[in-house]
Amino acid sequence: MATAPAISTAGTRYQPIAGRPRIVWAFLDALVLAKRSVLETVRVPELIMFVAIQPIMFVLLFRYVFGGAIQVPGGQYVNFLMPGIFVQTVAFGGVTTAIGLAQDMQRGIIDRFRSLPMSSSAVLTGRTIADLARNLFTVIIMLTVGFLVGFRPGGTPFEFLLGIVLLLGVSFAFSWISAFIGLLVRSVEAAQSGGFIWLFPLTFASSAFVPVATMPGWLQTFARHNPISVLADALRGLFHVNPALTTGDIRWALIQSVAWIAGILIVFVPLSVVRYRRTTAR
Amino acid sequence: MAADHAVHAEGLVKHYGRVRALDGLDLDVAEGSLLALLGPNGAGKTTAVRIFTTLLQPDAGHASVAGFDVVRDADRIKSHIGLAGQNVAIDEYLTGLENLVMIGRLYHLASRDAKRRAEELLMQFDLIDAANRIAKTYSGGMRRRLDLAASLVLLPPVLFLDEPTTGLDPRSRRQVWGMISSLVSEGSTILLTTQYLEEADELANRIAVVDAGRVIAEGTSDELKDRVGGNRIEIAVAKDADLARAAEVARRYFSSDVTVDPAQRRISAPSKNGTSQLATLVRDFDGAGIDIVDLQLHRPSLDDVFLTLTGHQAEEEKVAAPAGRWQRRPR
Repeated sequence: MATAPAISTAGTRYQPIAGRPRIVWAFLDALVLAKRSVLETVRVPELIMFVAIQPIMFVLLFRYVFGGAIQVPGGQYVNFLMPGIFVQTVAFGGVTTAIGLAQDMQRGIIDRFRSLPMSSSAVLTGRTIADLARNLFTVIIMLTVGFLVGFRPGGTPFEFLLGIVLLLGVSFAFSWISAFIGLLVRSVEAAQSGGFIWLFPLTFASSAFVPVATMPGWLQTFARHNPISVLADALRGLFHVNPALTTGDIRWALIQSVAWIAGILIVFVPLSVVRYRRTTAR
Repeated sequence: MAADHAVHAEGLVKHYGRVRALDGLDLDVAEGSLLALLGPNGAGKTTAVRIFTTLLQPDAGHASVAGFDVVRDADRIKSHIGLAGQNVAIDEYLTGLENLVMIGRLYHLASRDAKRRAEELLMQFDLIDAANRIAKTYSGGMRRRLDLAASLVLLPPVLFLDEPTTGLDPRSRRQVWGMISSLVSEGSTILLTTQYLEEADELANRIAVVDAGRVIAEGTSDELKDRVGGNRIEIAVAKDADLARAAEVARRYFSSDVTVDPAQRRISAPSKNGTSQLATLVRDFDGAGIDIVDLQLHRPSLDDVFLTLTGHQAEEEKVAAPAGRWQRRPR
């Protein structure tokens, strides 16, 4: 028979840090969990594939397969394409949050988190912050690949950085939609398909890959007001890659972009947090 | 009063849709003791644990843990409890050390303290050699130990262990049992759920038998066994011809309560004073020239207790079999 090691009461020597405001803990707890999520990405080869290879594939396929057939007014397709692919990729990148949360619920680790005296939003914020880190990594890879295949952004370095910040905003917002989906569905498989399915019409019926003017009229209405179009156009403005956009167009796209990001967060952050509080492991 | 009870529940009710998972559960766990919540699948054990650990809110009734109300003081309870759920709640892609440090940080320990505490626990749970391996590579027993360690980061006064040995091999189960026992001897209060009668028997100070969302019996293991009656003696003889004579000998000791099973050549009777009777009985059989092939003093198991109390076997799924369908008798 195995001998049980003595389990001492040494744990009581360690006292939790007291007296920090809730909001500080919410952020610190989220960082602890973001680290967990990032480590997971690094250690699961499939996830690295997802984060790095898929976007490269998209860039190359669209650049060389569709690129020749798609005409964009007054510019090169590769310059039109890259901002669109950036937006699409970070939006898709949020799906890791849905899958991760669905996994946590299946494995029961959600129950442990909910039984700890930690901030209840941190499990979600942690995931979305980790997505942010992953997406930044992906964007850097794509910028590199894009540059190799002829993408040449114009504009000032400040505008360029602003473009990256905008992309991170998109990433954060879409990750929260994803978080809500991940908490709603009943399995990892459902999170996977449910996480992606709505993103296809949203990203393809937009100005991400083709000029909206080439679409039938009814679809144009949808595409023009689609947040992906708005965000892609704002990015094109910041990168100075679409001569067809006027300064007014760009400013308007930027305002709308910020409004979309804020709007998504205002709706989906509270919705997800409430859902999380009511969720127990399956 | 609830004051000297680390866990207290009164009339807990919880519905899932039309299913009544808890149907007026009353429970008390004395400070520093281990109470086993014993019952079949679907009896409501996990639901009860989820209410005590603030993961679920009861529909009716109230409960308190470490003196705090599970609904009103939910946030404050969390620093006083540890939970090891039915599923091992560790991150597969973090190392053992990283898992425990993460939990420590989430309990709001300073980063240095979290690391030290994690190392202490890994040492105590015999995982220090695997500290820097990701948990995915751990065996089932190691995962359970890590999970148990994670629930002990703050050494909370009240621990909830929901089926802590499900799926473990006998050796690992013994190991986990040893750790649980040593926790109780250090003064922790533990509420443990189990479907293994043997586990409740081995670990618990008191056992509460749950069925259909209610506690149907409570007491020490011995008290519960006494409810079914005392020991029984069972004797199997070698030859059919000896059976009648054997029963006659047995009646000298057990008067009219002797049951004879000709098919099995087996005689059984309730025994009041156990082993001392056994010796003289064997001598008498010997003297009468009867060959015995099997002789047992049978202490009622908790299985018998369960069967007597509920009318169904503990392991049996609580799904009503369609009428008239052939059913294999559970053994």
